[in-house]
Amino acid sequence: MSLRVEAGVEAADGTAYDGLRLRALTKRFASFTAVRGIDLDVPRGSFFALLGPSGCGKTTTLRMVAGLDAPTSGTIELAGKDITGAKPYRRPVNTVFQNYALFPHLDIFENVAFGLRRRKVDGVDKKVAEMLALVELDAQARKKPAQLSGGQQQRVALARALINEPEVLLLDEPLGALDLKLRRSMQIELKRIQMDVGLTFVHVTHDQEEAMTMADTVAVMNGGLIEQMGSPAELYENPRSTFVANFLGQSNLIEGRVTGRSADEVTVDMHGIGVSVPVGRAHTDGQQGWVGIRPEKVLIGDAGSKLDAPGNTIPGGVVSDVSFVGVSTQYLVRMPWGQELMVFAQNTGRDKIFRHGDPVELSWRPEYAFLLDHSQDVRAGAQEDG
Amino acid sequence: MRWLREHLVLILGMLVLLYTFVPIAVVVLMSFNDPATRNVYRFDGFTLDNWINMCGPETEGMCESLWLSVRIGLLATVVATAIGTLAAFALVRWDFPGRSSSNLLIFLPMAAPEIVLGSSLLALFVQAGFAGQLGFWTIFIAHVMFCLSFVVVTVRARLAGMNDTLEQAAQDLYATPAQTFWRVTFPLVLPGIFGAALLSFALSFDDFIITNLNSGSETTFPMYVWGQARVGVPMQVNVVGTLMLVVALVVVVVGEANNRRRAAALTK
Repeated sequence: MSLRVEAGVEAADGTAYDGLRLRALTKRFASFTAVRGIDLDVPRGSFFALLGPSGCGKTTTLRMVAGLDAPTSGTIELAGKDITGAKPYRRPVNTVFQNYALFPHLDIFENVAFGLRRRKVDGVDKKVAEMLALVELDAQARKKPAQLSGGQQQRVALARALINEPEVLLLDEPLGALDLKLRRSMQIELKRIQMDVGLTFVHVTHDQEEAMTMADTVAVMNGGLIEQMGSPAELYENPRSTFVANFLGQSNLIEGRVTGRSADEVTVDMHGIGVSVPVGRAHTDGQQGWVGIRPEKVLIGDAGSKLDAPGNTIPGGVVSDVSFVGVSTQYLVRMPWGQELMVFAQNTGRDKIFRHGDPVELSWRPEYAFLLDHSQDVRAGAQEDG
Repeated sequence: MRWLREHLVLILGMLVLLYTFVPIAVVVLMSFNDPATRNVYRFDGFTLDNWINMCGPETEGMCESLWLSVRIGLLATVVATAIGTLAAFALVRWDFPGRSSSNLLIFLPMAAPEIVLGSSLLALFVQAGFAGQLGFWTIFIAHVMFCLSFVVVTVRARLAGMNDTLEQAAQDLYATPAQTFWRVTFPLVLPGIFGAALLSFALSFDDFIITNLNSGSETTFPMYVWGQARVGVPMQVNVVGTLMLVVALVVVVVGEANNRRRAAALTK
């Protein structure tokens, strides 16, 4: 008796999970496995991003939620209902496709009205007019998709999906085809619309900046698995794997040997220099590890000078490259053990700008460092640009 | 010399156009001919008689043969287009054993010499015991046979070029498979089907070799012209030719005007 109650925690308190829930979702194709048994909870009303490089399984996951691909195993639940085997036209889910997939033979009005007409909803004209006003396309209602610009087509695709008020709106790289400037303004626009309508958005992208700008929760996918999930700040500040550390922004990863563990910090010997990492940011139990630090958290100063960062100071660096990029100066500093570390210094005007060949020392606050498992590939997730 | 070099492409293009248009111009011209004698193909004087008396006594059997050709052409077009479109969908959309060989075999009737197809069809009809019943239906079956390949190839090209995410988008927007087909797939493939139908009619209307072997006692328009060629072709044949030309031109002009209207709307 009591066993049955324990088995269904949700049944016990009478409420099912009202968001999107994936359990052990797997998709195997003939020659490879795209998604390897992922578990995911997307809270209702959230802006959720699935972030990862191409081929990581994020689009396949999205297509399974839309019903366009059938899972090999696992379940998909939406607002408490199992929709794993439901046909795509029977799910309260709509998709904004990567290349918009607007119907070329229908005008903008009819494109947007398509879903309403199929479900025989009343008041189509009024609803479509309101939706077109929301995306600022009222003047284009009777044009064909080919007559619109890329950004306008993007908004039609969004309106066509949004008008159905789905439980979940899926966005498959919706901004991928736009140029950089338009992409930035559409990111803000999308975020605004999501807040206005309050629907659950699941956004698939390979652009880490896009995911961080828009989503309140980001799941980083790699090789068909979810590497880490959390708020953008959490993922960026405290990555748990070398993949996340490199894929979201850039990281310095320095080999080190764990020399001690106390209640609140782990001390690491890094090529003869002792540094410490808070326990909550140390993600390995091994004796070896990668000490990680973000380039903008690293302070740079003249050799022998006093830097405002108690704890970890590393002497003996030589500036090997300087790039002035306006808001900041990006240095590469060659360390005594041969590795080049990245340092991004804000151009506040207070600090001097170092030149190639200057002897410097580096320093960072221990609470910004993190420690990763040594068995992971130090280059995983890094942008391959030579 | 330099002028010639700069305009060479233009001059060659004009010559090619001239080469293709002269025979057509002759047909149009001859439709207004008032011949002195039936046996000499020569412009003797202008008249509208050929147009006014198209089906007159001097062209006995012509209009009947024309009507037969039109009926067979329309019927063969409808049937070949319907079957061919279904076949094209199967070949593009479904993966079944033997798909790639079917894709290849569908070209066979286009590649095989007509005389071979015609005589083997005749042998088939005779073997099947239709020797005494050659006529409208055997011509019709033959025409459907050779039109099919062209329909399949035309519609298949259109389908293969169509993005299937449009159908996925329709399904995503609550359209059942049947609604997806009629609301999205079919309207998008329609230009291909229309083109295939025009091609079918032209092929059927024009065919002589296969028809001649399988027609029994029926006479289609090409067969009538061929038969008359020995005793002198009546000028009314040119009227039919000109009429066909006008129909073709109207189709082309309407299509082009449609395209321009769309293009103009795009630049707005």
